[in-house]
Amino acid sequence: MLSAGEVILQQLMNGLILGSFYALIALGYSMVYGIIKLLNFAHGDIYMTGAFVGFFVFGILAGTVGSSWGGVILAMLAAMCVCGLLGFLIQLLAYRPLFDAPRLSLLITAIGVSLILYNTVMIITNGEYMFFQHSIPAGGLTFGNVTITWVQLVLLAITAVLMLVLSWFIGTTIWGKAMRAISLDKPTCRLMGINVNKIIGLTFFIGSALAAVAGVMSCVYYGSLHYFMGYMMGIKAFTAAVIGGIGSIPGAMLGGLLLGLLEAAGTQALGSSWKDVFAFSLLIIMLIFKPTGLLGKTEIERM
Amino acid sequence: MEHNENIKLQNIEVTANTAAAEEAAVEEPTVIQRKGIAGAWDNFVEGMYRLVETTKGKILVFGILLIAVGTMPLWASSYVLQVAWNAMFYMLLAIGCNIIVGYCGMCDLGYAAKFAVGAYTSAILVKTFGWNFWLTLPVVIIFAIIAACIMGGPVVRLRSDYLAIVTLGFGEIVRIVARNLEITGSASGISGIPRPYLFGVQLTKIWMWFFVFIILVIIFVIASNRLKNSRFGRALEYIREDEDAAEAMGVDVARYKLWAFIMGTVFGALAGAFYAMQMAAISPNSFQFLQSANILLAVVLGGMGKVPGVMAGAAFFAIFPEVFRDIGEYRMLIFGIALVIVMIFRPQGLWPERRR
Repeated sequence: MLSAGEVILQQLMNGLILGSFYALIALGYSMVYGIIKLLNFAHGDIYMTGAFVGFFVFGILAGTVGSSWGGVILAMLAAMCVCGLLGFLIQLLAYRPLFDAPRLSLLITAIGVSLILYNTVMIITNGEYMFFQHSIPAGGLTFGNVTITWVQLVLLAITAVLMLVLSWFIGTTIWGKAMRAISLDKPTCRLMGINVNKIIGLTFFIGSALAAVAGVMSCVYYGSLHYFMGYMMGIKAFTAAVIGGIGSIPGAMLGGLLLGLLEAAGTQALGSSWKDVFAFSLLIIMLIFKPTGLLGKTEIERM
Repeated sequence: MEHNENIKLQNIEVTANTAAAEEAAVEEPTVIQRKGIAGAWDNFVEGMYRLVETTKGKILVFGILLIAVGTMPLWASSYVLQVAWNAMFYMLLAIGCNIIVGYCGMCDLGYAAKFAVGAYTSAILVKTFGWNFWLTLPVVIIFAIIAACIMGGPVVRLRSDYLAIVTLGFGEIVRIVARNLEITGSASGISGIPRPYLFGVQLTKIWMWFFVFIILVIIFVIASNRLKNSRFGRALEYIREDEDAAEAMGVDVARYKLWAFIMGTVFGALAGAFYAMQMAAISPNSFQFLQSANILLAVVLGGMGKVPGVMAGAAFFAIFPEVFRDIGEYRMLIFGIALVIVMIFRPQGLWPERRR
């Protein structure tokens, strides 16, 4: 039996890991929403695709690089590149022709893309569970009866590094500035000579690459993957983005971690069959009391 | 492409922020005569509108439809009847969803939750408490109104994207709650629901349900059209086109949106109650997100706001998987591709509001 402190520590760790998955995916949602006001339904499936790309690359590399951290990191990089390009292509082929169409059409297209991605993976894998077998050494820091594994710590570190890099990128570089400008006022940006379409493409690339990282990380952490894994993750990550304030980058990070922690607490208190209800109830409570999210700005409606 | 750029520049002021304005702005180019298949289809839709305008045309079109559908039990196999019944069930849902999505312009991603409310209410009352099915219908309506107020109440004041995600969240909540509660039969659901009687005959055969659903579809279509042409319907249309302008003109936007939400839920719940009776068994798996997505897609693909359009969309959604049963697992993939292509080349839906 674990003591109260140990339970808290364990759930804190679970929450942080789950939260970093949410946060990495929520970033993609939030960036895309900020820039073209699209609820990118296919984003959860990009996470899933990333997991599978990572899985297959890892399988190929296992012979040469080994199946420890080296292989995982390379698989992660490969998944980032493939999914980034995939996100870019989806944006180019499916969304770009509809940027000026009614918003609902864009949303439907996104659902269509989601169907395409998830059915493709289902056909390739025959709808079966895949198992990600790595040889990362077990062990870690032990506190009483609770062990925080190295895997958990490394995953958290990767998330932290990626978030710092992204903050730097959005905050400092000229592309990041362009992104922020486009989310404020697209037509004016176009008049100022910003290549809006290129920046939108870049946004999709980055968002999808981050989702792919989350995908590979979840392979390592949970050890199995399935073509349906993107659906619930996608909705939860979007919930996280809304909680943090949609369109806000720090908001997505905060919202993701917060949702992960709250969900871990909710699971501990109510049991795992109610955890999804708990997450969505949080979303609804959030929307009633602070619809802009924790860090979102109040949007001024212009006539 | 250049043409698009021009339109965009002209519309810079109009597009400022409101989705409704964007919608209005991009609808204009569709009046231009298009080439190829798209143009031919445009002409066909226009021709059908003209035909139905005259009395003769009306009698012709509806007469053929009525005879073709009404005599189906005589010549069609029970499999075909089953598919046709399913198509009509989807039509009922699409007509209900159309009130929310098409008339009012709100995005609803959790319509399955609404028909789940009706299906479970009716099924529990009939199976567990032994009620007469027809007496459960008023209760279904009351529950639908309560559910709609809980789901819609908090979000009608918010922008439509939030509504999409909240309805999605509620859709999941309803399904998970149904899966976890004792009274809803947990994961296995409720089965062995006794079939109801109509005029002393127990509705056990598929052709009986076929006619029941034809009558339901006709009732729904009439109700939906009357709703559209009422003061209420006009207010919804105003809200859909420009929420801010509607508000400025004194339309109580939040109240009307909530009413639209309630109406849509009541339609969906009633359809769900009949669904539960026909199937005689329901389970949480009948109300997955894919179901909600299908209904929304039927409405949007068919042409938002237009009842014949959404009915065609619903029929397409029910029949497509059956026709392509042979290609098995590839059909949803092809379906996804088709969806994207249709949206790119015809974002206003297959059978939109008449262009003027």
